[in-house]
Amino acid sequence: MAANVYRYRPLDLARWVIWSSFALVLLIAPLVLSSSLSITLLSQIGIAIIACLSYNMLLGQGGMLSFGHAVYSGLGSFLAIHALNAVSAGKLPIPVSLIPLVGGLAGLLFAVLLGYVTTKKAGTTFAMITLGVGELVFAMSLMIPEFFGGEGGVSGNRMVGEPFLGISFGPPRQVYYLIAVYTFICVAAMYAFTRTPLGRMLNAVRDNPERVEFVGYDAQRVRYLSFIVAGFFAGISGGLAALNFEIVTAEVVGAARSGAYLLFTFLGGATFFFGPIIGAVLMVLAFVLFSELTKAWLLYLGLIFMFMVMYAPGGIASLLMMNLRVAKFGRLKELLPHYALLAVLGIVALAGVSALIEMVYHLQLEGAGSGALRFMGLNLDVSQPMHWAAAAVVALAGGAAFEWARRRFARQWGAVQADIEARIKHQEMHG
Amino acid sequence: MSPPALELRDVRKSFGKTEIIRGVSMTVQPGERVGVIGPNGAGKSTLFNLISGRFAPSSGEILLNGQRIDGKKPYEINRAGLSRSFQITNIFPKLSVFENLRCGVLWSLGYRYTFLKFLADLHDANERAEQLMRMIHLQAKRDTLAMNLTYAEQRALEIGITIAGGAGVILLDEPTAGMSRSETRHFIELIKEVTVGKTLLTVEHDMGVVFGLADKIAVVVYGEVLAFDTPEAVRANARVQEAYLGSVVAEEQAGAH
Repeated sequence: MAANVYRYRPLDLARWVIWSSFALVLLIAPLVLSSSLSITLLSQIGIAIIACLSYNMLLGQGGMLSFGHAVYSGLGSFLAIHALNAVSAGKLPIPVSLIPLVGGLAGLLFAVLLGYVTTKKAGTTFAMITLGVGELVFAMSLMIPEFFGGEGGVSGNRMVGEPFLGISFGPPRQVYYLIAVYTFICVAAMYAFTRTPLGRMLNAVRDNPERVEFVGYDAQRVRYLSFIVAGFFAGISGGLAALNFEIVTAEVVGAARSGAYLLFTFLGGATFFFGPIIGAVLMVLAFVLFSELTKAWLLYLGLIFMFMVMYAPGGIASLLMMNLRVAKFGRLKELLPHYALLAVLGIVALAGVSALIEMVYHLQLEGAGSGALRFMGLNLDVSQPMHWAAAAVVALAGGAAFEWARRRFARQWGAVQADIEARIKHQEMHG
Repeated sequence: MSPPALELRDVRKSFGKTEIIRGVSMTVQPGERVGVIGPNGAGKSTLFNLISGRFAPSSGEILLNGQRIDGKKPYEINRAGLSRSFQITNIFPKLSVFENLRCGVLWSLGYRYTFLKFLADLHDANERAEQLMRMIHLQAKRDTLAMNLTYAEQRALEIGITIAGGAGVILLDEPTAGMSRSETRHFIELIKEVTVGKTLLTVEHDMGVVFGLADKIAVVVYGEVLAFDTPEAVRANARVQEAYLGSVVAEEQAGAH
């Protein structure tokens, strides 16, 4: 009977609901969002989810700050595209649907090789080594054009062989569903990893590598093995990307890509398993949509990242979970007016600040010659001092009002949290 | 005859030019409970660090159940059957009480680095962790993160992790450091309960505790073992009185006035 203690039924039910909903979302997303742009976005989101979750195995679960995770997804991409070309040439008898696994094996193999050096050390040294390995591989990509394809990269054609049951992987939707299947399996597998002895000892190594050694585990071995697993999943995401884009260029192993994994995994939230999924969605939206909206998108992204690090180091996932806890204790209602006020004032401040940013960018890029620009339905002119002054006033007034509202909210939030803590304590004491 | 549980043969350790441990030899028989005492800076913690593999000795031999362990890694020594606790609480802060204990259990039950089994299915490990949790009286805090425990609870968890793997030889480095008198009394009872049948070495400052808990006392002064004998014999030892106990008594008297 004692064994039953560990099987908590309601949780099992919740788990079924969550995983079925996830599968359902993957299944019907391209039916609801059926434009070709949204199919592209969805495909990229699936790939990014695998990449960010595999990155979070290192960052969130293992406390390893890697600046070179794109090495493993990127090399997975290159091996996958070469495998695809080998299939095209009739030299490799595997179906196209298994090409991402080639990427995964490549990621795994390179993690076995490079990870051995990387995971020798933890902390700052680990971060430095990943940076070095990343730069090394990127430099190699320019030196060995036979493998990396030089400036133009390596391209391929995923429509090879006879269509199987009408699936040729020609239409983007078919590729999307292939990606969706891989995404579901990989997310499930990576979640399962967190429930295994190695997965748990990885958390222990993150928390206290020294103590791990005194309960019989080699902390370095735990890091190394986990690094290899993370490399495998990163490679799969790279393989899927190769199929999706049918071209792989050197930038996929570059520092910018590694930085994006770090940034968006952090934004999504490294402390919860599902955090990087949110991050991955944001990553694709930012790179594809936001970059179309404004030339200053990287600046905005940097500002968002900075504010998140300062005010919400647990990322969006932890913001969600904290509010969920507040709601569970029935205290969310009193916070809602605060949120509404913060949103309105935040938008005002943001409008002022971004008007200034856009005007500066316009001035720098277009010169003073053509002064006019459209901004949120307004005609601004960089040659009019009044426009600068107005934007500055809106930014300052909005910012000041926002800060006032934020402090009011922080007090209320603190009071609510203290009350919840007290109630939890009380429950613990009295069963 | 079985080999001694722990044997040190002329163990020395230098940091730079300073010799901290200056030739320690002692033999601890299986099931013995040894209290290690000595003034601050005498080298008690360093001695524990040498035995548990945190540092390698500069020279000399350390044997665990007749096997050489000097210079081995901490995890190798732990697998050979020696476990230790720390003076400064050394737990897994972002894991729950239950997870902390389960991490202490996994290796000893042979699960190694596997990622092909679910933790939830490891009934022996889960039951052992639950049992440990009851032993250290933290069952009400099962899912509380270790960092949110009170200090005394963290000290209990520290002991729980230490005994989790079922090691035969246990080293406790000032287990009651920072506790109040009444907490200390409870805690000593707890330690006695959970270490039944084990070979136990304890560094302890509280003299009452040491003489109550130990069958034998090792007095460490300036990196040497001045005496290693029963509490009565150590009390009567003139050199010990002069070098250590005398100064403690003097300190206590000075503190009282």
